[in-house]
This record gives sequence, C-alpha cells and structure tokens, in this order.
Amino acid sequence: MIAFILRRLLQSVMVMLTVALVAFALFRFVGDPVASMVGQETTLAERAEIREALGLNDPFPVQFVKFIARAVQGDFGISYRLQQPVMELILSRLPATLELALVSGVLAFAFGVGFGVYTALRRGNWLSGTIMTVSLIGVSLPTFLIGVLLIWVFAVELQWLPSFGRGEVVQVGNWWRTGLLTESGRASLILPAITLGLYQMTLIMRLVRAEMLEVLRTDYIKFARARGLSNRAVHFGHALKNTLVPVITITGLQMGSIIAFSIITETVFQWPGVGALFINSVRFVDVPVMAAYLMLIALVFVVINLIVDLLYYAVDPRLRVDRANARS
Amino acid sequence: MTPLLSVRDLIVEFPTRRGTLRALDRVSFDIAEGEVLGMVGESGAGKSLTGAAIIGLLEPPGRIAGGEIWLRGARIDNLPREKMRRIRGRRIGMVFQDPLTSLNPLYTVAQQLIETIRTHMDVSEREARARAVGLLDRVGIPAAARRIDDYPHHFSGGMRQRVVIALALAAEPELVIADEPTTALDVSVQAQIIDVLKEICAERGASVMLITHDMGVIAETADRVAVLYAGRLAEIGPVRDVIQAAEHPYTAGLMGSIPTLTQEAARLTQIPGSMPRLNAIPQGCAFNPRCPRVFDQCRTARPELVARAGARQVACWLYEKEAQNVG
Repeated sequence: MIAFILRRLLQSVMVMLTVALVAFALFRFVGDPVASMVGQETTLAERAEIREALGLNDPFPVQFVKFIARAVQGDFGISYRLQQPVMELILSRLPATLELALVSGVLAFAFGVGFGVYTALRRGNWLSGTIMTVSLIGVSLPTFLIGVLLIWVFAVELQWLPSFGRGEVVQVGNWWRTGLLTESGRASLILPAITLGLYQMTLIMRLVRAEMLEVLRTDYIKFARARGLSNRAVHFGHALKNTLVPVITITGLQMGSIIAFSIITETVFQWPGVGALFINSVRFVDVPVMAAYLMLIALVFVVINLIVDLLYYAVDPRLRVDRANARS
Repeated sequence: MTPLLSVRDLIVEFPTRRGTLRALDRVSFDIAEGEVLGMVGESGAGKSLTGAAIIGLLEPPGRIAGGEIWLRGARIDNLPREKMRRIRGRRIGMVFQDPLTSLNPLYTVAQQLIETIRTHMDVSEREARARAVGLLDRVGIPAAARRIDDYPHHFSGGMRQRVVIALALAAEPELVIADEPTTALDVSVQAQIIDVLKEICAERGASVMLITHDMGVIAETADRVAVLYAGRLAEIGPVRDVIQAAEHPYTAGLMGSIPTLTQEAARLTQIPGSMPRLNAIPQGCAFNPRCPRVFDQCRTARPELVARAGARQVACWLYEKEAQNVG
C-alpha cells in the first residue's frame, strides 16, 4: 500500500515536471512581456534593462531550472502586470474558484447519481423520459450559453438571483475569504454553480444509468434477488456499489475539469476566481501567472487522480489483491 | 399427502413484436417432500424458465400466462411482489450456473451470508455470523471461520459454488432449485458439488429441482426425472425406469445418444433435425417432425400426459392409443 502510494507520488512529480516544461516552453512564444509592461515612451535601453532584470536574456535551460527551483518553494515570481507576487495573487483568488467548483461538483455528483439511478430503475416511465431528454439538452448546450440563459431568466426576468459577482464575503482564517456564510454570497453562487455543474451532472447521470443497467443484468443481482433480499438492498447495496467504480474515475476527472475550466463560467458571471485571473494574464502576456496557473491545474489533476486511485482501493477489494500480486 | 411443490398447466409467454412466443406450454409436475427431481432437455427447452417461473424471477417481458404453482398447498404464482420476495431464499432457494459471477465481488462472503440470513431470520449479527460459519463448514470450506471474511475472488470456482450453495441454503428453504449447478465447473469438482448439494438437502429434508443436461448427474442424483421438449413435458417418472426403458421416442433418442462404458455401441444414435424454434412449433406433437415412430394423429393433435405403470407419465400418442385399446 505504502509502496503503491510512493510510486504514484514519484509518477506525479514526473507529470508535474513535464507540465512545467511544456508550460514554460509554450510561454516563450506568446509574445513579449516587456511590451505590455511598459509604456510607449520607454526607451530601448530601459526595455533591455527590464529584460535583463527579469532574467529573460538567460538561455532557456537556465531560465527553466531557475523557474523550477523557485516554484518548488512556492515562488512563481512577480506578476508582470500587477506587480504582486504570483502566489499571493493566486491564493487570494483560489477560494472563490474552489468554492464554486466544490459546490457545483457536489451538486453534479449528487444529482447525477440520483437521476442516473432513478432513470435506470424506472425505465420507461414518463419522468425518466423527461429527465433523459433534458439531460440531452444539458450535454449539448455550451456552458456560456447556459450561463447567459440562466442570467436572462433568473436575474433579468425574474430578478431572483444576482447576475454577477460573489456577493458579500467573510474572512475565515488568514487567507480564505468565503461567500458561503452570507446570504448574498450563497445567492450569487447558485447560478454559476449550476452553469458549471450542469454538463458534469448529465455526464455522470448518463454514466450511472448505463452502468446500473449493465449491473442489474448480472448474475449476482439475479442471485441476490433469488435470496429474497429486498429491492432496496439489491438496488442500493449490491447494484449501486458496483456501478460506482467507473463513476468514481469519471467524477474525479470531471472535478479536475470543473476547476480547470471554470474559466468560462467565471468570465460569464464575473466571478473573482483564478480562471478570470488567468484570462486577464493571457491578455497581458503575464507569463509568471500563466505558468503558475497551469502548474496549479496540473497539481489539481495529479492530486485528484491519486485520490481516485485510493478510492478504488477502498471500493473494490479485487484491486487490493491484484496490486499486491503485481508488486511481489 | 400434498406434494411440496405442485406445478399445474404452467404457461410462460414472451410477448414480442412479431407475436407472442410460448416458451412453456402447459407443464405439470409435482415434487414430493425430500425428493430430487431432475429436469432435463436440450438448450432452450424451457428448463431454466421453469425454475425462474417457480421462484418468481422471470425476466420481463416473460410472464406466466396461465397455470398454477402451489407450494405446500398454498398458491404462490399470483402472490404480491413483497410476499413472493419473502418466499425466495426462505422457502425456495436457488443455485445458479456460474459461481464466478453469482457472488457480488465487492462484499465478503460473510457480508453476503449474514445479509441473507438476517433478511429472513430474526437473529443478531453475532448469531447470523455463527450460522454462516457453520454453513460454510458444512458445505466443505476448510477453515471456514477464517475464510468467511475473504472476498469471492479469493476462492476457486468449486469453492465459490460451495459458497453459493451455502447462500442458497442460508435460510433453510424447503425447495432448492439448482440451475445447472455444475456446468461451469471442472469435471473433477462437479461430482463433489453435486454430492454436497444432495447431502445437505437430504440432511435438512429439502427437496431439489435439479436442472441439467448431464444425464449422468441425473442418473446418480435424482429420484425422478422430467424430460422437457420445446416447452412441453415429454415424459416424467422414476429415474431408473426412464433411463433404462424410455417410453417417449424423444427420451429414447436422448438416452441412445449417451455413450456408455459397458455397452459396445458401434455408433451413438442421434435424433435427426433439431428442436423447433418457439415461433415454429409444429402442430400436434412438437416432436413429430423428428420422431421415428410418427403417425397421422401426431401431426394434428397434441398428446396429453397419460399415467403409465410405475408412477410414470408420458405425453405420446403411442401410449394413449394403447390405453384406449385396453380400455
């Protein structure tokens, strides 16, 4: 078990290094950061000075190693545009994104599994049909369109919910500002969370439904029924647990994409998260911020994958043996 | 004495887009207290369906379209779902063909046994566990007390089928339906599994309906044997009589196709043709196009089961004619 975790950690480090290399290499081609940092009157000499100060004249490998060495210490440099440490910038924006992602992830998982199980067990009734049809719409509509539609209906026409921003926030601890504790914060969260989670929900729902139908046809379900177990025990004890193995994988990966691709939702709702920060950095060729953001997203994926693997372990006893065998 | 199980004119149908298929057509038989009834027939003859219909687990769209099933004098084919559920496992147990897929891979054997026991019996977790260990021990799992906490994948196929038998018998049912319990196993363990099943059922006075196409198993295990053909009962009677002196031409053909060690047969006989599909069952006797002794009546009217000497019943015009002549 410990050997397995160590191996996975080592793999994770390799993944992170690769991402860093790709990110770093890519950003050498996005444009000249100095051009966007300085005014038009800046002389060539001054520009060269800035370039030298930023280390942009060093050879590529040297720059990369310096970047990694600092990154390991949590230092991603100073934002070209905002002249603040990148780490501080990201940390101040991260709670907003994480709260949004977490809420929409939980919503997506809860409703996805719930609807999936319901439509699998009640195949052919009108409600299942309706859910399936609506889910098709959820899969096929692009996120920004859903966001705009929701704003139009609930913010503009009905005026029930705010259309942008994060509402009032409360400081919790040193650097976490939460919107979950105020009414306006929660109200502001609803529309973006639905927008961000809708696609994931329909995906999870369709997956759960398909898996559930598959599992309900298996022999062990038939045998469970033949032993006289109640429908509830058969459906939720035996069938659902077996459907969860693939669902965990997808949900984990989706959780990663929720965080990574909250960019669109954050833009539509002017949500003050890291996604919005990233978009602005791209516009101003703010390489340190972009690189740090990419590294952050890579880290999120790596951590989630690790958690998914450990969850497998917890859910499926067969893997425990296979892994043990593979090791010996 | 009323039989433990009594099936009367059971009809099972599958509605399809191109008309209704009749998979079981007026099947009637009894299983006495403590008796082992073998159920044989080719694939698709309706053996497993009969079992599924009795335990109330026909897969939709299949449904019982007629007939009655009685368990110890009480009708069970029209019970509400919840009442039928309580009968499953508690009064009728079932063993399936493939032990590798019959057990839920995510739960330990103990969890599955205890769940089954506690579904049907009002016992504490601890008592249920003790019972479960006893059961595993009884079906021949070595070191049962330790192995009970293993997962199904820790057991071999034969051992898993023992676990399945323990599960089927966990709540002490009066009838066990064993649907090809050895087909998926190695030949070397088949006999052991059949022995275990037979012994335990005998011990507890449970009757067994043994579905198989292995005549050897039937010959060694069953008290009586029922032969199904195209969803109809061809012949039913004491196993020795049926095997040694089959009366229905189909049964005779079946027996002729089994190799024996003692007889030096130059060639095994075979029945020409194959069993009709459900949508093309011929008029009259379903076996008539393949029957070596077919005559006019066979092609127009379906023969009913008639009682013969030695508690045997045969559905064939040959004997009905005889009976008429005598009478």
